[in-house]
Amino acid sequence: MGRYLLRRLLQLIPVFIGTTFFIFVLVWAVPGDPFAGKCGDRRCPDAYVDFMTDKYKLDQNIFVQYGSYMKNLLQGDFGETFGGRSINEIVVNAYPNTLKLALVALAVEALIGLTAGVLTGLKRNGFLDNLVLVSTLFLIALPTFVTGFVLQWLLGVKWGIAPVTVSSDVSFTELLVPGFVLGSTSMAYIARLARTSIAENRRGDYVRTAIAKGLPMRRVVGVHLLRNSMIPVITFLGTDLGALMGGSVVTEGIFNINGIGREVFRAIITKEGATVVSIVVILVLVYLLMNLLIDLLYAALDPRIRYE
Amino acid sequence: MSDILVSERSEPGADGSGRPSGRLLEVDDLRVEFRTRDGVAKVINGVTYHVDAGETLAVLGESGSGKSVTAQTIMGILDTPPGFVTGGQVRFHGKDMLTMSAEERRRIRGEGIAMIFQDALSALNPVFTVGFQIAEQFRIRRGMSRSDAKKRSIEMLDLVKIPNAKGRFNAYPHQFSGGMRQRAMIAMSLALDPEVLIADEPTTALDVTVQAQIMDLLAELQRERQMGLILITHDLGVVADVADRIAVMYAGRIVEEADVHELYEKPGHPYTLGLLNSIPRIDEKGQQLRTIKGLPPSLLNIPSGCPFHPRCPMVQPVCREKVPPLLQLGGTRASACHFAEEVVNRD
Ligand SMILES: Nc1ncnc2c1ncn2[C@@H]1O[C@H](COP(=O)(O)OP(=O)(O)OP(=O)(O)O)[C@@H](O)[C@H]1O
Ligand code: SF4
Ligand SMILES: [Mg+2]
Repeated sequence: MGRYLLRRLLQLIPVFIGTTFFIFVLVWAVPGDPFAGKCGDRRCPDAYVDFMTDKYKLDQNIFVQYGSYMKNLLQGDFGETFGGRSINEIVVNAYPNTLKLALVALAVEALIGLTAGVLTGLKRNGFLDNLVLVSTLFLIALPTFVTGFVLQWLLGVKWGIAPVTVSSDVSFTELLVPGFVLGSTSMAYIARLARTSIAENRRGDYVRTAIAKGLPMRRVVGVHLLRNSMIPVITFLGTDLGALMGGSVVTEGIFNINGIGREVFRAIITKEGATVVSIVVILVLVYLLMNLLIDLLYAALDPRIRYE
Repeated sequence: MSDILVSERSEPGADGSGRPSGRLLEVDDLRVEFRTRDGVAKVINGVTYHVDAGETLAVLGESGSGKSVTAQTIMGILDTPPGFVTGGQVRFHGKDMLTMSAEERRRIRGEGIAMIFQDALSALNPVFTVGFQIAEQFRIRRGMSRSDAKKRSIEMLDLVKIPNAKGRFNAYPHQFSGGMRQRAMIAMSLALDPEVLIADEPTTALDVTVQAQIMDLLAELQRERQMGLILITHDLGVVADVADRIAVMYAGRIVEEADVHELYEKPGHPYTLGLLNSIPRIDEKGQQLRTIKGLPPSLLNIPSGCPFHPRCPMVQPVCREKVPPLLQLGGTRASACHFAEEVVNRD
């Protein structure tokens, strides 16, 4: 177990370097002068251009640029924007909000999606099953901005039962509706995944054995069936955290949440390469760590899987 | 032997009337069908058998004859849908389990009637330890504490002769060998000291040497605990040593029922005769194995009259028209053949 973990962590290094370098190249290869429009209508003063060029090694090749960037990064320094704002500050302000939003979305999709999936998996072709099938299809088909604007208008403006936008405190209750919007597509997938998994496992021999032992139905389903059926669902949930964080830009825009989605969006428009890279690099790290966590969890849920 | 008594079967309680008979477990004119896309498969067409305390009934028949489905119906683990019980009764201590409340029926499982399955690997839950799955019954059904349940479970593992039972308590099913797994399955099924044990081909998935060990263990436990044992198998060789009575199934019916020795000596149905002839004998080494020609009938479309007639070497015109009822053939035996007497008295 310890050796496995060490090996997996070591494996993360080349993956991390590879993905971040790729992003770095993509971002800095965006055509256009990074100084364009940075200093109002005039050209930027030479002193400023020289300073920034030196700081980001803009006159060197991309490898040197990347190396210098990573060196700073490892020392906890994300650098500055061209406007002189500390990127660390942007990251520290924006990331917790997006993380909160993604966690709420994850909780919502797990709770609603799982409940719907388990209930329909146990009793297929009933009214509830059809309802869930149709509504999940709906959620999968609808783009997030449609769900977002519709719910914002309906719950926030028309009925007034939820805040229209999220305040700067970003409390968890305020995030319920945005979380639902962000998690809605995954929720639909989880409902379907759980439904299929439960329906498949329900016919399993070991479920029959559990019934034949005279266990109450509650226990047969809640312990024997659920534990086996949850394995694919948990895997999905784990990998979804990164996807939710990365995909939060639309939701953050609609509900005016100051998160990484909006920062990345802004940074791309203003050609703030360093900001984009910094935010994405952390996202990559989240993905990689969640993946590792899922693999560990997977083995904990299914003892037949061994760490090798 | 022409004075063999032929009469309609009229044992009390075994006539579909539901009158109590004092028997431990009796299946009475059971009918089950599977409603599938291809049509309605009539899988069980009036099965009647019983088992009493301390007695072993072997249920014999080709693959697909409905042995497992009958057992599943007794246990209440039939896949519904597509499977539906369309008639008959399953009485435990005289009470019909098919009409009692779900809760009442649940209490009989494990404690009154328990079952072991053919493939212990898939029948045990892969994600829980063997110990957990045995102890669970003591905790949930008997309300024991965790530590008491564990102690009792280790005793059960000892009982089925699993070496180092204490150490194996926390092992997962996939960490056991096939034979050990089936032993664990037996331990699990006997945990609540059931009155009847149904063993559905308990040794088919195992190596030949292990098969014998498991059968010996089962027979020994059955004797010690005076259980009623329903042993489902298509292996005639196993049956002779352990069974008291044999019920032979064909196309969802009992075609012959008799004491083991009677049946082996003088089978009363051409199908049984065919089965017996298909066992290779030591003195026939090298000779071609005699098998029953033809295939079992499609249950979507069971032949008219006697369902065995397309394969029967003794078939007569009447066989294609009239369904032979299961008739008492004197003594303790019964056969569902129009010419049962002739079969018994052949040679
Ligand atoms: N879940 C099911 N759905 C549809 N048909 C089924 C189902 N279970 C059993 N059957 C059918 O019922 C018939 C009897 O099956 P059963 O399992 O009782 O046979 P068996 O006598 O136990 O045979 P074997 O020796 O192979 O175990 C078979 O034709 C089978 O196809
Ligand atoms: S009734 Fe006729 S076909 Fe059926 S087993 Fe007897 S002899 Fe054969
Ligand atoms: Mg079977």
